[in-house]
Amino acid sequence: MSEPTVRWSRKDLLGIADLSAAEIQLILDTASSLQEIERRPIKKVPTMRGKTVVNLFFEASTRTRSSFEIAEKRLSADTLNFSASGSALEKGESLIDTALNLQAMAPDLIVIRHKHPGAPHLLARRLRAGVINAGDGAHEHPTQALLDAFTIRQRKGRLAGLKVAIIGDIEHSRVVRSNIHLLQKMGARVVVAGPRTLMPVGIEKLGVEVAHTLDEAIADADVVMMLRIQLERQGRMAFPSIREYFQMFGLTAQRLLRAKPDAIIMHPGPMNRGVEIASDVADGPWSVILEQVANGVAVRMAVLYLLSGVHEEAR
Amino acid sequence: MAATPKPILIHGGRLVDPSQRLDGRYDLLLEEGVVSKLDERIESREGIETIDAAGLVVSPGLIDIHVHLREPGFEYKETVATGTRAAAAGGFTSVACMANTDPVHDNRSVTGHILAEAERWGYARVFPIGAISKGLLGEELAEIGEMVGAGAVAVSDDGKPVMNSELMRRALLYAQHFGIPVIQHAEDLYLSAQGVMHEGEISTRLGLAGIPGSAEDVMVARDLILLEDSGGRYHVAHLSTARSLDLVRQAKRKGSPVTCEATPHHLVLTDREVAATSFSTQTKMKPPLRSESDRLALIEGLADGTIDAIASDHAPHHADEKDVEFNCAPFGILGLETTLPLCLDRLVHPGLITLSRLIELLTIGPARCLNLPVGTLAPGKPADVTLFDPDREVTIDPEAFRSKGRNTPFSGWKLRGAAVETIVGGRRVVV
Repeated sequence: MSEPTVRWSRKDLLGIADLSAAEIQLILDTASSLQEIERRPIKKVPTMRGKTVVNLFFEASTRTRSSFEIAEKRLSADTLNFSASGSALEKGESLIDTALNLQAMAPDLIVIRHKHPGAPHLLARRLRAGVINAGDGAHEHPTQALLDAFTIRQRKGRLAGLKVAIIGDIEHSRVVRSNIHLLQKMGARVVVAGPRTLMPVGIEKLGVEVAHTLDEAIADADVVMMLRIQLERQGRMAFPSIREYFQMFGLTAQRLLRAKPDAIIMHPGPMNRGVEIASDVADGPWSVILEQVANGVAVRMAVLYLLSGVHEEAR
Repeated sequence: MAATPKPILIHGGRLVDPSQRLDGRYDLLLEEGVVSKLDERIESREGIETIDAAGLVVSPGLIDIHVHLREPGFEYKETVATGTRAAAAGGFTSVACMANTDPVHDNRSVTGHILAEAERWGYARVFPIGAISKGLLGEELAEIGEMVGAGAVAVSDDGKPVMNSELMRRALLYAQHFGIPVIQHAEDLYLSAQGVMHEGEISTRLGLAGIPGSAEDVMVARDLILLEDSGGRYHVAHLSTARSLDLVRQAKRKGSPVTCEATPHHLVLTDREVAATSFSTQTKMKPPLRSESDRLALIEGLADGTIDAIASDHAPHHADEKDVEFNCAPFGILGLETTLPLCLDRLVHPGLITLSRLIELLTIGPARCLNLPVGTLAPGKPADVTLFDPDREVTIDPEAFRSKGRNTPFSGWKLRGAAVETIVGGRRVVV
């Protein structure tokens, strides 16, 4: 682990777009040093004892929410889970009012998942607590990109110079946006591919290459990242059928031969087996999908740790 | 407007009236509600109130042909009283208000209510625009003749487009009986769909659903084709794209009876503002803030005469309605109290258009679009006058607005140029 060259000074983690390469490096290095905790017989450190973290999930999430919750508990924070169903939100309360009510209970950090882009930014402007974006619509999902980068770095030893292909519904994916920003800041080359109907206008202006076939995208790739296809897009003029989608953009062992021999396969989950990825690929030796999940905890511990430190000093 | 006002002599100002191609030092005498005399020097006499206009510009009263006064039905956002007071504060002596009220302005009783309220408060003239279709549903024609009889000056389903081509064709035909224009909010709803901002690099970065420029363009193109067959008069509201502008430019060359307006915000801001303000809902309106190339094309359209009017699309909303996630906020921002400073500071002072051209776009230009009997200081015409100081420094402060709304992206902007006084029907308006 290299010496960190920057100190963390942000109150919030809203996206990767605003971060510098040095800040990304700092989070990844912090995650590396915290990962050892999960190998201890008692997987807990007192770092965040007495801190309160609210997990505010307005959208269903199993993986991300559990991952944050475990990370918080390993750091000894007190956690409160708040999900949209059965909450005041369903009774017509505005996001701001919900947040101000939570604020009145003096949490240190708020982790928010919301279907609308910019919802975490709205809270961050108004609340004293630090805000962590756990996914805002199709905008960003910074901790996912960080855990992806952490996983790639673990397997490949570096990010710079790698070719990363990201395949699927580019338009509606927050994972792809955060990954594009992060990977390019760290010197990787990103190629995106998917149906033209799910390729957002101007994506090339983010610095990525756009491919229109799976084969072209994954040729000589070091990393192939498959995105979840939301089945409800079918019938909304995005693609005619799952069968045709799989024929065009589904990842099979045969097609994977075009990638580098040591290429790794990633997926942010949840997977649709047989839609965007064949089962033998998802479960095969190239797959690091479960490592991504494992690394998510360490990366989120790092983010929580860094942000709670800022809050401490602000007081 | 009750008793005959006292005669007013406006003395020593720079009078700019594009309707008469005047720009120079003139005096102006207003008597019995009309302009009685315009000359290089007019002597004052007993019983005349003199306004010293030295250092000020004397213009025909400014006209905003696209505002939402929200009454009846949405009085918590704005009323005829507060909206016209905002107009006066911003230098406007006439406004034309859109029909998306509740009940919808699709019948003469609503026309009558709006005009009665305007008369009662007297801050500015109000020219009501009736709905094209009953209930703004886009299905059957509203009682256009009766509304015109009661004082409506045009028809529009603004807020919504007329999607049905057959209804649009019939509106263009039917409106000809009354000599009024049909105003289109040009937006193909299938293309705009769930969009909340301009479709392009920025919407892609922010993960917000985009409204492509083509959503406007296909509608303008369709309407211009219908217009060729139907005749009548067609006006494009808040035109926002380079391509729509070009379509209008070509149609005008062919002699089509088409006019169009652009808003100050589309002339000053672009979609980058949504990112720069980190999802501020004050940057959310329809049509959305477009790309820089669209913005530059619009400025060219002002200069070359393709654009006939600047109109603000003044759209008041309650603060709580805008204090939500970007996707959830209503579309629209205020305009009446920011238009003049923005246009002076961002268009005239940098030399993009002349002062005279700006005044044309805010007076006789919009008056011609809707056939309004105002917008000129020719003797015998209504004594509607705006005095403004083109060099006065102002800081936009929403808390000081006369409008009920506070929804503006221009809060805190320091601008050069502001209205000093308005006169409506020969009477000085106190705001």
